[in-house]
Amino acid sequence: MSQVPTDRVYNDSHEWLMDNGDGTATVGISEHAQEALGDLVFVEPPKIGDELSAKQACAVVESVKAASDVYSPISGEVVEINEQLSDSPELINGDAYGEGWIFRLKIADPSEIEALLDADAYGEQIADD
Amino acid sequence: MAHRTPLFAAHQSAGARMVPFGGWDMPLHYGSQLDEHHVVRRAAGVFDVSHMRAVDLSGPRATEFLRYLLANDVARLHTPGTALYSCMLNAAGGVIDDLILYQCAPDHYRLVLNAATTDSDLDWIHQQAAPFAPVIARRDDLAMLAVQGPEARAKTIPLLPTALSATLEQLKPFHCCQQDDLFVARTGYTGEDGFEIILPNAQVEALWQRLLEAGVRPCGLGARDTLRLEAGMNLSGQDMTPDVSPLVSGLGWTIAWEPTERDFIGRAALEPLRQVPPTERLVGLLLLERGVLRPGQPVLWKDQPAGELTSGGFSPTLERSIGLARVRAEVTDDCTVEIRGKRLAARVVKPPFVRQGQVKIPLS
Repeated sequence: MSQVPTDRVYNDSHEWLMDNGDGTATVGISEHAQEALGDLVFVEPPKIGDELSAKQACAVVESVKAASDVYSPISGEVVEINEQLSDSPELINGDAYGEGWIFRLKIADPSEIEALLDADAYGEQIADD
Repeated sequence: MAHRTPLFAAHQSAGARMVPFGGWDMPLHYGSQLDEHHVVRRAAGVFDVSHMRAVDLSGPRATEFLRYLLANDVARLHTPGTALYSCMLNAAGGVIDDLILYQCAPDHYRLVLNAATTDSDLDWIHQQAAPFAPVIARRDDLAMLAVQGPEARAKTIPLLPTALSATLEQLKPFHCCQQDDLFVARTGYTGEDGFEIILPNAQVEALWQRLLEAGVRPCGLGARDTLRLEAGMNLSGQDMTPDVSPLVSGLGWTIAWEPTERDFIGRAALEPLRQVPPTERLVGLLLLERGVLRPGQPVLWKDQPAGELTSGGFSPTLERSIGLARVRAEVTDDCTVEIRGKRLAARVVKPPFVRQGQVKIPLS
C-alpha cells in the first residue's frame, strides 16, 4: 500500500497537485502511479507558456515498458518545468512527491482545486485498483 | 483464467509484479526491470520460462518430417546433443513461429515453442505430420528456467547432479545434454552466456530456490525483452509474422537452401523472392534524440513514409532508445521516426546492439 501525503490533492488519473500559496501549483504523479509504471526512462514535459485546461493530456512519462499520459489536474499556464527530469527521470521513481515533481502552473480558477480528491478519497480509489 | 507456472507462488513471494502474457500470468519484474537487465549483463539472472512449451518428436521418419516442416535443415545436426534455430513457415513463406530444436538421440528431437502460439503451432505440426507418423508429445509436465549472464554457468553447475558436472563444464554453445528428466542446453535469448534447463514441474521450485540462494537474481519478462532487443534477436509475432517472409525479417541466414532437392514448407514461395533483391528489410535503429522508440511508430526517410518500428524500447546498457524496424530497402542511413507527432532523428545500425556485455554499435 503506497503512502498518500495529506498536504496536497489528487486527480483520479493519478496526478497530485500542491497549492504553493502564491497563485501557482506544482504537479507530479503519485507514488501509486510510479509503482505501476516501473522504472521511468523518459519524461516529455509540457512547454513553459502552454495554456492547459483541466484534464488535458500535457506531458508523457515513459517507463521501460510503456508510455503514459500525464493530465493536468486544473487549468492554467505552465510557468516552470522540472529540468532535472530530462537527465534523471528516475527521480520520479525515487521521490514522486518531492524531487520528482513535473511542472508548475499558474492557477486559473481556484475552484477547480476544490473539485479534486483529498488524500483519503484518493487512498480509497487506489485501494480498489 | 490465465495459466500459472509451478513457480507462481515463488514469484509472488519474491515480490513480482505479475502480468498476463500469452495466456499466462508471468512476472514482469521483481522491483526494478533495469536492475534485472544489468544483473544479466554483469552477473547472473534466472527467468521462469515455463510458459514456453517443450514438445518431443520421435519416430523412424522424424528426421525426414522435420526436414520438411522447418526452413533450417535438421540434417545439419550430425550428432545427438546439438541444437538448431529455425523458422517454421507457412506455404506462402511467412513465419508461423521460430523455435529451437534439439537433437536428443537419432530420430528423437525436442522443440521449444513460444507460449502464445503453442496451440496453433501444434495444430499446424499435427496437420503436416500425418504422412510421416511421428510420435508428438506435448510436455505439459515440464517446466523451464533460463539462467543467463557471465556468471550463470559457474553458479548453476554446482546445483545440478554431479554426474553431469564434467559434461556441463565442457558443453559448447548450442549443445545440450540430458540425465533422465533433466535437460540442460547452452542456449538463451539474452545475448549472454548461460543455460536453459528443462525439468519436471515438481522439481523446478527446488532448483529455483537454490539458484536464488547461490546469488542468481530472479528476472522478469520485462528484462527478457530489453535483453533480447539489445542482442538483436527477433520476437515472433512482432518482428516476424505469418505475413512476412523471413528474407525481409533478417532471417535469411536460418534458411537452408542446400541441398536443393530438400522440399520444405514455404520453399516454393521463397525461391522466386530469393532471386531478386528484397524491397523491404529489418534494420536496427538508434534514436539520436531523447525519447523512446515503440512498436508501430512510423519511419520516414527523405520525408516519405518508409516503414515502421516492429520492436522498440529503452536500452539500459546504452542508455539510449533502440529498435528494430521493417523499412524499404533503400533506407540505409539516417532517417526520422514519428513519435507523438514529432519527427525525431534516428540512425540505421546493424544489430546486435549489445552482446556479451559489449556495445556493438557506434553511439556517436
